[in-house]
Amino acid sequence: MYGSEDLELNRRHLMAGASACAVATACPSTAWAAAENKSDPVMSKVSFTVNGMAHEVDIDTRTTLLDAVREHLHLTGAKKGCDHGQCGACTMIVDGRRINSCLTLAVMHHGDAITTIEGLGKPGDLHPMQAAFVKHDGYQCGFCTPGQICSGVAVLDEIKAGIPSHVTVDLTANAVITTDEIRERMSGNICRCGAYSNIIDAMTEVAGRQA
Amino acid sequence: MKSFTYERATSPAEAAASVMRVPGAKFIAGGTNLLDLMKLQVETPTHLVDVNGLDLDTIEPTEDGGLRIGALVRNTDLAADLRVRRGYGVLSRALLSGASGQLRNKATTAGNLLQRTRCPYFYDTAQPCNKRQPGSGCSAIGGISRQLSVVGASEACIATHPGDMAVAMRVLDANVETVNDKGDTRRIPIAEFHRLPGGTPQIETSLQPGELITAVTLPKPVAGMHVYRKVRDRASYAFALISIAGIVQRDGTGRIAVGGVAPKPWRDEAAEAELPKGAKIATERLFAGAKPTHDNAYKLKLTERALGAVLSEARA
Repeated sequence: MYGSEDLELNRRHLMAGASACAVATACPSTAWAAAENKSDPVMSKVSFTVNGMAHEVDIDTRTTLLDAVREHLHLTGAKKGCDHGQCGACTMIVDGRRINSCLTLAVMHHGDAITTIEGLGKPGDLHPMQAAFVKHDGYQCGFCTPGQICSGVAVLDEIKAGIPSHVTVDLTANAVITTDEIRERMSGNICRCGAYSNIIDAMTEVAGRQA
Repeated sequence: MKSFTYERATSPAEAAASVMRVPGAKFIAGGTNLLDLMKLQVETPTHLVDVNGLDLDTIEPTEDGGLRIGALVRNTDLAADLRVRRGYGVLSRALLSGASGQLRNKATTAGNLLQRTRCPYFYDTAQPCNKRQPGSGCSAIGGISRQLSVVGASEACIATHPGDMAVAMRVLDANVETVNDKGDTRRIPIAEFHRLPGGTPQIETSLQPGELITAVTLPKPVAGMHVYRKVRDRASYAFALISIAGIVQRDGTGRIAVGGVAPKPWRDEAAEAELPKGAKIATERLFAGAKPTHDNAYKLKLTERALGAVLSEARA
C-alpha cells in the first residue's frame, strides 16, 4: 500500500523520468546545434513587469519570454511543452492578451505587463478560474493546466470584448458563451489527458458567475 | 538557434535601412513563424530589426471608401474590427479560421502575408529543399505530397502558400503598401505580391531586399455573400487542405480565390466567369494546367465539391 505522499513521490519520479527520455531523444540535434553555432551569445537588457513586480534582466537575445520567466525569474508555472506554439502549455497574458510565450523573444517585451499562472491566484486565494478547475477536475497530470487556465481567463475576456470566432454564426452580432464557442477558442491548448469536457464545465461555470 | 544582434526600429525607412545595411538581417513583427523556423535553423538571421514599436497598428478609412490596414494590426484586431465584419466578412472569416487564439493575438497583417510554407521537407533540415537551400533538390516531388500544390508549382518546388488571410485579400483585390531604405513607397497589387516558384522557389514575393510592408489597403466593400469555406484535417487549428474565399451573388456570379492548392492564393478571373455554369465547369477552368501528384489529386474534387456547397448556399 502506498500513502498519498509515496504516490506523489512516485508520480514526480515518473514525470522526471519521462522528461529525461524526451531530453535524450532531443540530444543529437541539440549537440549538433551547439557545435555548429560558433558565434558568441549576444546579451541585451530588457525590463518588464511580471505579476505586478518590475524586473530587469540581462539575457541572451535568443531567450524566449517563456525561458526568461522560467529560468531567470524562476516562475515555473508556465510550462514548455512543444516549444513551437502548438500545445499552448506556455500561454501567458501579456498586456491583457494571451500569447504563446515560447514563440516570442523576451527582448521584444520591454515595458510590457506580463501575467502568469502565479499572478492569477495562489493557494488560499485562488482565481475563480483556478477554483473552478479544481472543482470540476479540469486536469489530470496538470502539465497543461497553467496554460489552460491563462487561456480560459483570456477567452472569457475576448468574448466579453465582442471578438468573434470561427463558430460565431452572425459576424455582426456579439458572440455568446456556448460550448461550441469555448471549444473553438480553446483549440490552441492541448490536453493529452483529455480533460477537455471538465475544462469546458469549469469555464462555463465561471462565465455564468461573471454574467 | 543561431545567435543574432537585435535592435528596435524607430521609423519604417530606418528599419528598411538597417535590414539593407546588415547582411542576413530580417524584420521581426509578431515573430510566431520566424521564431519557429529559427529554432529549427531553417531561418538563421544575423540581426533582427524589431518593427513592433512603429506606428503601423491602426485601421483607417481611405478616400475611396475602403480601408487602410496598418502592417502591425494583429489578426485578432483585424478580424474583430466592426468595419471589417460588416463590409469584408470574407476577411474576418478567413482570419478566424486560421491558427489559434494565442497566435492570432500576436500575428500581424504584414507578417501573415510573409509566412513561409509548411511543406514538411522545408522544415526538415536533413532533407534537400530548393526553397531552403537553392539547388539542393525537391524532396516533396516523389515524397509525401498530400498537403502540397496541385497547380502553379514547378519542377523545383511544389510547396503551398499556407495562409488563409491572403486568400481573402486576393478575392478583395487588396494592395500592399511598402517603403524602402530611401523612403520610396510603392503599392503592389496582391495578385502580383506572391510569386510562383519557377526555378527560384526561395524568392516568394515581389518585395525587394530591405523593403518593408507598411499597410494593406482594401477597395470599398463589395456586396454579396461573403464566405470562407476551409476544409482541413481537424475542425480547428489546422492548415487548409483546400479553402475557398468567395463573394458570391444570388444569381451565382461572383469572385472566388482558392487556398491550399498552389504556391499563392489561386484566383483566375476567367474561371469566375464560368461560376453561373456551376462548380464543375468553374473548377475545371480554375485548375486548367494542374499537375497534381498521386497523393494530392483529391484536392481537385474536394475544391469542386466545396465550391458547389458555396454556390448552393449563395442561391438559397
